[in-house]
Order: sequence, then structure tokens, then C-alpha cells
Amino acid sequence: MSLRIVVCVKYVPDATGDRRFADDLTLDREDVDGLLSELDEYAVEQALQIADGADDAEITVVTVGPEDAKDALRKALSMGADKAVHVEDDDLHGSDVMGTSLVLAKAVERTGYDLVICGMASTDGVMGVLPALLAERLGVPQVTLLSEVSVAGGVVTGRRDGDTASEQLEASLPAVVSVTDQSGEARYPSFKGIMAAKKKPVESLDLEDLELDADEVGLAGAWTAVDSATERPARTAGTVVKDEGEGGKQLAEFLAGQKFI
Amino acid sequence: MAEVLVLVDHVDGAVRKPTLELLTLARRIGDPVAVALGAGAGGTAGVLGEHGAVKVLTSDAPEFADYLVVPKVDALQAAFDAVSPAAVLVVSSAEGKEIAARLALRIGSGIITDATDLEAGDEGPVATQAVFAASYTTRSRVSKGVPVITVKPNSAPVEPAAAAGTVEALTVSFGETASGTKVVSRTARESTGRPELTEAAIVVSGGRGVNGAENFPLIEALADSLGAAVGASRAAVDAGWYPHTSQVGQTGKSVSPQLYIASGISGAIQHRAGMQTSKTIVAINKDAEAPIFELVDYGVVGDLFAVVPQLTEEINTRKG
Ligand SMILES: Cc1cc2nc3c(=O)[nH]c(=O)nc-3n(C[C@H](O)[C@H](O)[C@H](O)COP(=O)(O)OP(=O)(O)OC[C@H]3O[C@@H](n4cnc5c(N)ncnc54)[C@H](O)[C@@H]3O)c2cc1C
Ligand SMILES: Cc1cc2nc3c(=O)[nH]c(=O)nc-3n(C[C@H](O)[C@H](O)[C@H](O)COP(=O)(O)OP(=O)(O)OC[C@H]3O[C@@H](n4cnc5c(N)ncnc54)[C@H](O)[C@@H]3O)c2cc1C
Repeated sequence: MSLRIVVCVKYVPDATGDRRFADDLTLDREDVDGLLSELDEYAVEQALQIADGADDAEITVVTVGPEDAKDALRKALSMGADKAVHVEDDDLHGSDVMGTSLVLAKAVERTGYDLVICGMASTDGVMGVLPALLAERLGVPQVTLLSEVSVAGGVVTGRRDGDTASEQLEASLPAVVSVTDQSGEARYPSFKGIMAAKKKPVESLDLEDLELDADEVGLAGAWTAVDSATERPARTAGTVVKDEGEGGKQLAEFLAGQKFI
Repeated sequence: MAEVLVLVDHVDGAVRKPTLELLTLARRIGDPVAVALGAGAGGTAGVLGEHGAVKVLTSDAPEFADYLVVPKVDALQAAFDAVSPAAVLVVSSAEGKEIAARLALRIGSGIITDATDLEAGDEGPVATQAVFAASYTTRSRVSKGVPVITVKPNSAPVEPAAAAGTVEALTVSFGETASGTKVVSRTARESTGRPELTEAAIVVSGGRGVNGAENFPLIEALADSLGAAVGASRAAVDAGWYPHTSQVGQTGKSVSPQLYIASGISGAIQHRAGMQTSKTIVAINKDAEAPIFELVDYGVVGDLFAVVPQLTEEINTRKG
């Protein structure tokens, strides 16, 4: 029987550019370049490795995001995923994590899955909670924040490196997994992969397809509200000295002045 | 006054500092009721009472150690049902955030993660967040349900405030999904004897410029002279010079100490994301153009192999 793997990938503003808020205090996606969240490349990589080790597997990448989010799907397809699902609807604008996880749960259920793989966190919201929410909504085990993962005989195992301990985890499929950037370098798409991706199917779904109402998602359906967003004032230029033999002592003097010594 | 649930982060009964900070914040919005779970839960009551907990709900069922996350969600939900609080506060650790999120979904509430401050507002608690690698500050609220908020360590002072701290056993009935993810084995991390990275008042970090595991004792010696925790950039961690648990940044730990000293670290956006909220920032780097210098209160352009030992020696001399 075929192993159905679904990878959730997010389209995010480029962290090396200027990220901004729009007038309605949602993420400004108009004037900022977007890309596949780098942390989701690790999720795609692990999906590809798990699929390689299975008799028969199919990888579907899913994103919830605007028109341009197709770029993120294409990148994942060019890495080697088989097909893609794009959930796109004007009413999704401004969704919080509860809305996003609701839409993703519906999309994943519609696609069919044995294993859902997510990144450890998106590089914009950085909440790191969506995989746990997805598991809660789907009613399947969460095996999250793994630095090592493998699947065999309908069981997923992995290592979770926590603050105070490192844990070896185990759960039966179906399950939701998230992987960290310690799980293994993500591959670069090959030229062949990029060409092949152009022909791979991308299915577009809207809220109606997922049997969701507009007021369950988006800014209107959000359970959180942002009252204000202010750019942090640039740090006032500090003192920078060149070491001419006394740099360590000068620094000690500064630290003593600040009462750290 | 309304009650506020606080999930206790403890190791065998020893309460970690971020929980005491949560109690300070909880008192701004109500009477803290603490929930302590797992082995040694009962032993937390003393210190929680000294820091304002009016009540401590405890359960030491083995499920908390044997299975991942969900048993704690079941327990927190039981506490929520027993108390009907005005808000739920949890420490922003990886596990804390997952527990908080699942609880929020179950009780039909919004969630705010990684708050750096919290105050009472007309429409419920208002949380401050530092977003986009701390380049923006937002003020947010939960607009539906009972606010569930996770708070970053070092966001509030620890303030003693005597309260009853009455211990009550919490009855938890675990749901079907509680035993979904088994913890097959657990290897405790060896203690370094240094402060916990996320809780430390001072963090001294080394990057690619440290140029090898064999040179990290230089960074450790500086840290020890200041009673600081040791951090590392991802470049240093990926090279295998220092453990991943010490990584500071977007995919490592996020720290906001009083003082952050970066040595041989360029200041890439992903590193800045984890340290930009530090109160005072100091850098030692031989490249005057390194982006880290845009952040510093004090910077030394120089070779860390000369500057760091001199600094350590000077600190040790001054301390006498
Ligand atoms: C700066 C900022 C702050 C925010 N703060 C809050 C807040 O406090 N409360 C709140 O409810 N919402 C908040 N949001 C909204 C929230 O980030 C989005 O709803 C988001 O899609 C889910 O959270 P995340 O991106 O942080 O996910 P994370 O939990 O960090 O993402 C983990 C993984 O989930 C998957 N994933 C996440 N989003 C998608 C997607 N759209 N499509 C496919 N896969 C996805 C990916 O695999 C990703 O690696 C914030 C957004 C921003 C930009
Ligand atoms: C998705 C993603 C997540 C990431 N997460 C993180 C993260 O959590 N944390 C993190 O740190 N990075 C993270 N990174 C990596 C980040 O982009 C940088 O690559 C990394 O921070 C660089 O580390 P560095 O500053 O030590 O090394 P470099 O950028 O190579 O800088 C080394 C610096 O040392 C200086 N130097 C060299 N020799 C000396 C000397 N003798 N004396 C003084 N100075 C010297 C150099 O001038 C240089 O500025 C992430 C990247 C990605 C894509």
C-alpha cells in the first residue's frame, strides 16, 4: 500500500529583506519578496528520504497562502515532491494560527494522508505551534521537533532534543511530524527537477471546496487582534573602538561602568 | 479578583526561574493559581506560595513522563475547568508553546506566543511581542475566549509576594490521544554548572571566528569570569565545536539577557533574531564592517584571541 505523505509548506517574506506590516496590521506581502520558508525545506527533504525508503510513496505539498505562494510549491516540487495543493481565497487574508490550522487540517484530510510533515516553525510568525494544532485537530499523534526521523512498519520514530533531555519518540501512523534544521541538509533542486516541476499538478482549492465559511478564517475570524505595530527604533550607535593592544581592558572599563563587573 | 492559571515549569520539584517571572506578570491581571505536573509536583508549592500563588494544583501521574505533550494538555484543561480563570500563562519553551496552543484550541481561545511583556487592558491582557527578528514591537490581544499567552524568559522581574500556596490534588482523566506518542527513552542533559542559557543575566557567545572546539575554553573562561551562560552561533554548532543546545538564534534559543557578548560572530539576521532584545550588546570582531556592530552598545574591532583573554584577565583582576 502506498504511503501518503503530506508536507505543509509556508510562503514567507524574505528575512534578509525589509519585512513590514500593512495598514491593517497584517503582514505586508505586496511590497516584499516571498519565498518558501527555509525551515520547510528540511520538511520536504525528510519527506523525500522517507519516500525513498518506502516501497511506494507519494508526496503532496500543501500551502495556504496568496497567489504568489505557488512559488513555494514549485520549489518543493522541484526538490522532488509529486504534486501540490494550493489553498487560496481572498477571505483567508489575516488568518491567525487557529484559522490557518483549521484550513490546513481540512486540506490535509481532503488530500488523504498517513504522515503529515511540517517545519519546526515558519520564519515569519515563528510560533512553532501549528504542527501541534494540526495533530489536535486531526486527532492523531504529534511527533514534533525531531532532529532525526524514520518510518517503518506503520510506525514513526524520532529524536527530540529538548532543554533538559533528549527523547526518543514513537507513534503509530497516521501522525503529524515536525522536523528541525538539525534533521539533515536540504537538497538543491536539480535542473531536471526544475524542469519536471513545471509539469507536476498543482490543485487550487478555495474555502468552498473545503466546506469552510469565510467568518471562520481571515482577519474577521481571527481569535487574536493586533492593536499596534511599531518599528523598533534603531539602536543608537554605540561606541566602537579598534583594538590597539588595550581593547580588552577598554571593554572591561565599559562593563564596569555599566555595573556588570 | 479573577484567577489566572500558571503552568509550572519545574524539574523534579525545582521550579525554574521563568515560572516565577510568570507569577509576577500573573499578579498584574489576577490571582495566580499554579498547575504543577509530573514527578515532584507537590514539592513546588513552597516557592510558588512565596511568589504569589494562592493555590497550587498538582498531579504526578506517570503519563506526563511516558507520553509527549498531550497528557499535560489534558491536565491543564482539567485545571481550567476546575478554576474558570481569566487567563492562562505558560513559559515560552518549545513544549510550553505546544501545550498552550492545544489547550487554546480546546477551549476555543486565541493564543499569543513569545510575549515579552503583559499588562491589564480594558479588553483583557495586552501582550507585547518582538517580531521580525525584533525589528518591530507589536501589542496584541486575544479577542476570543480566555487569553492563552506564552511568555519568554527574562520578560519580568522575579518578585516575592507571600500567598497561601494551598496544595490541592488535581484529578485528570486522560483522553484517548494522551498515549499517542510514547517517550521510549530519555537521556538527561549533562549539567555544565553554568546558568541556563535562556534564563541567564549574561550570555557570552562564540561564532565561526572562534575557529575550533579547542578554542571554546576561551569563551567559557570569559563566561565564568562573569557568571554567564555560554552561547554559540549556528556556524559554530554546525561545525561541531559546541552543542546545539547552546545555539542562539531563530532556530536555536532566544535570549534576552542584561548583557550579551558576541565574539567572532558576524550578526546574520537569523542570529540577531535570537539576541536582539538583549539589554546591552557587546561585540568583538576583527571585521569593522560586520553587521553585528550595527547593534552594539560597545564594540571592539580586533582579534578575539587577543581581546577575549585580556578582557577575562581584567575582569578577574577587578573582582579581586
Ligand atoms: C509576526 C507575526 C506574528 C504572529 N503572531 C501571531 C499570534 O500571536 N497568534 C496567532 O494566532 N497568529 C499569529 N500570527 C499568524 C500566524 O503566524 C499565521 O497564522 C501562520 O500561518 C501560522 O503560524 P506560524 O506561521 O507562526 O506557524 P508555525 O507554527 O511557526 O509553523 C510551523 C509549520 O507549520 C506549517 N505552516 C505554517 N503556516 C502554514 C501555511 N500557511 N501553509 C502551509 N503550512 C504552514 C509549516 O510547515 C511550518 O513550518 C503571526 C504572524 C506574524 C507574521
Ligand atoms: C533557516 C536558517 C536558520 C538559521 N538559524 C540560525 C540560528 O539560530 N543561529 C545562528 O547563529 N545562525 C543561524 N543561521 C545561520 C546564519 O545565517 C549564519 O550563517 C550564522 O549565524 C553565521 O555564524 P557566525 O556569525 O559565527 O559565522 P560567520 O558569519 O562566518 O562570521 C564569523 C565572524 O567572525 C569574525 N572573525 C573571524 N576570525 C576572528 C577573530 N580571530 N577575531 C575576531 N573575529 C573573527 C569574522 O570577521 C566574521 O564576522 C540560520 C540560517 C538559516 C538559513
